[in-house]
Amino acid sequence: MAKLNKQPSPVAISKTLTGIAGLDEITLGGLPSGRPTLICGEAGSGKTLFSIEFIVRGALDYGEPGVFMAFEEKADELKTNVASLGFDLEKLEHEKKIRIDYIHIDRAEIEETGEYDLEGLFIRLNYAIDSIGAKRVVLDTIENLFSGLKNEGILRAEIRRLFQFLKSKGVTAIITGERGEKSLTRQGLEEYVSDCVILLDHRIINQISTRRLRIVKYRGSVHGTNEYPFLIDDEGISVLPITSLELNKEVSSESISSGVKALDKMLGNAGFYRGSSILASGTAGTGKTSIAASFANATCLRKEKCLFFAFEESPKQIIRNMRSIGMDLQKHVDDKYLQFYASRPTLFGLEMHLVAIHKAIHKFKPDAVILDPITNLITIGSVSEVKTMLVRLIDFLQIQQITVMFTALTLNNVVNEQTDEGVSSLVDAWLQIRDIENNGERNRGLYIMKSRGMKHSNQIREFVITDKGLDLVDVFLTEDGVLTGSAREARLLLQQTGEIIHEQAVSRKDRELIRKRKVLESKIDSLRSEYESAEEELNKVYVEEALKKQIMGDTISKITDLRRADISAPVKSKTKKTNK
Amino acid sequence: MAKLYELRLYVAGKTSKSVVALENLKKICEEHLKGQYSIEVIDLLERPQLAEGDQILAIPTLVKKVPEPVRKIIGDLSNVEKVLVGLDIRPRTTN
Repeated sequence: MAKLNKQPSPVAISKTLTGIAGLDEITLGGLPSGRPTLICGEAGSGKTLFSIEFIVRGALDYGEPGVFMAFEEKADELKTNVASLGFDLEKLEHEKKIRIDYIHIDRAEIEETGEYDLEGLFIRLNYAIDSIGAKRVVLDTIENLFSGLKNEGILRAEIRRLFQFLKSKGVTAIITGERGEKSLTRQGLEEYVSDCVILLDHRIINQISTRRLRIVKYRGSVHGTNEYPFLIDDEGISVLPITSLELNKEVSSESISSGVKALDKMLGNAGFYRGSSILASGTAGTGKTSIAASFANATCLRKEKCLFFAFEESPKQIIRNMRSIGMDLQKHVDDKYLQFYASRPTLFGLEMHLVAIHKAIHKFKPDAVILDPITNLITIGSVSEVKTMLVRLIDFLQIQQITVMFTALTLNNVVNEQTDEGVSSLVDAWLQIRDIENNGERNRGLYIMKSRGMKHSNQIREFVITDKGLDLVDVFLTEDGVLTGSAREARLLLQQTGEIIHEQAVSRKDRELIRKRKVLESKIDSLRSEYESAEEELNKVYVEEALKKQIMGDTISKITDLRRADISAPVKSKTKKTNK
Repeated sequence: MAKLYELRLYVAGKTSKSVVALENLKKICEEHLKGQYSIEVIDLLERPQLAEGDQILAIPTLVKKVPEPVRKIIGDLSNVEKVLVGLDIRPRTTN
């Protein structure tokens, strides 16, 4: 290690992982190995904690012993202070993994006469480093020397020499410095440390404090240049991992159910894509949380893990409310598929929320995340701030292939389509639930504003919440507009009655037809009998005629017989004539 | 005035500063504390672990352990007046 540092190596500089969550991502691998890094910031910005975590993580996670030179706090004080973060310095010191050296400087005790140097400090440091084979060193904060010693000229020369000494020892060092008014540190330490400078900041905006970190410079390395928020909690420091610089995340074409069957159908019969972001927006009381909960329910039923961030209701409240619509979330909580993370938005700053969300996600490793609702975050930040936060969150989640559902409250007095913190352009799918006010009642209409990469339905459906869960019902489109709720029911009834009436009408017509047929048939009958009688009449005439002829013939022959006359033709005809 | 002065001079090797400091110290002691003092010279290069006990930063440092209060005088002790003040031989002048 030591060999590396005499001259800047032509290849990329080697880095030492700090083990501080998030910092290694921002610095793309940690602090420069074998070089001093300056951490500066105001009082209470977390410098000491930062550096002690560097030492502790090194000792615990990377097998690199470390020396902590405290110029400010006594070793016992320091141990007590960091015990609240779960760092047992006593034990580590006992195991010879770390060494804490308190350097006491009291001006009242010291008289300066003539030339001197700080060889004593060097010897102490050297001894401390060698005694445990330290790879990491922290000097917190070396500026205290300036308050104890008067001869600034000597001090400056010695500090310069100190940094040379640290480099020659090949230790990765952190030097802390109090922030000055014009310069980064009061004593201009940044002049001496040229490799890496990290600035810590503690800002209070709207009574909410946010800690931020910025890498001012990092020679020979690419690094994130933004201000990154960081959080100090019972597990130490966590810095928000970087916003990914590129849009080259993995995408999945696997789809997962939204938990509402009818909604899945509207979404191209599939549901949401895994790893996509979904926004459910709507006015107050439209059932956004119910949609979110049913998505959570579906996720858990698939035996996947879901993390529910509740910014409005307490977990118990959500569980109770969802039970009323037939969802047993408690069971999922018990089975460890579902975890709630409830916090008031005003608990801390927006960035802190983001860090906290990150941490919770890292810990629980969910497949789906729900934020309900994001609108509440507005109370602690401006719209643009919330938007940037969400961009970062969505980014982070998509890299991890975590499906996320946000709910957002839209206000009626704003143009509906344009609110939602402007996140609508970021999300992959956007469900909007809208109040449809009609006929003296309010009903919910759900439609899909967008769903990227899906053949989704463009229909407005009525969104109903029943005690068996959520469902979507077809709405009625009439000349009067969209009908929902009781109007829809009424219409349905009307339609049913209409059908009955219609049926009856049909049967009446049928009967009439039958009757008509009967009339016609009888008419046909009478005509036929008329025809028959006419025919009979005609026949009668014929018969009579024939009979007449016959009778006449008979009579003639009889007469002839009677006369016994010659049967001669002329006579016969004569007779005939006379008879006529 | 039969106080016993226990003095420790911390040095790091035989540098010119430490040599000067030791010479100056001996001179001052002979002049002002004849027979009432003992001087222990500690070379931190040989015994670095001792640096922590007396909170030594600067070299050379003269530590007056006894009589109380503990005082440290850093530098080559070239300013006799300051050394005397530091050893509480002269009263501290408020300036």
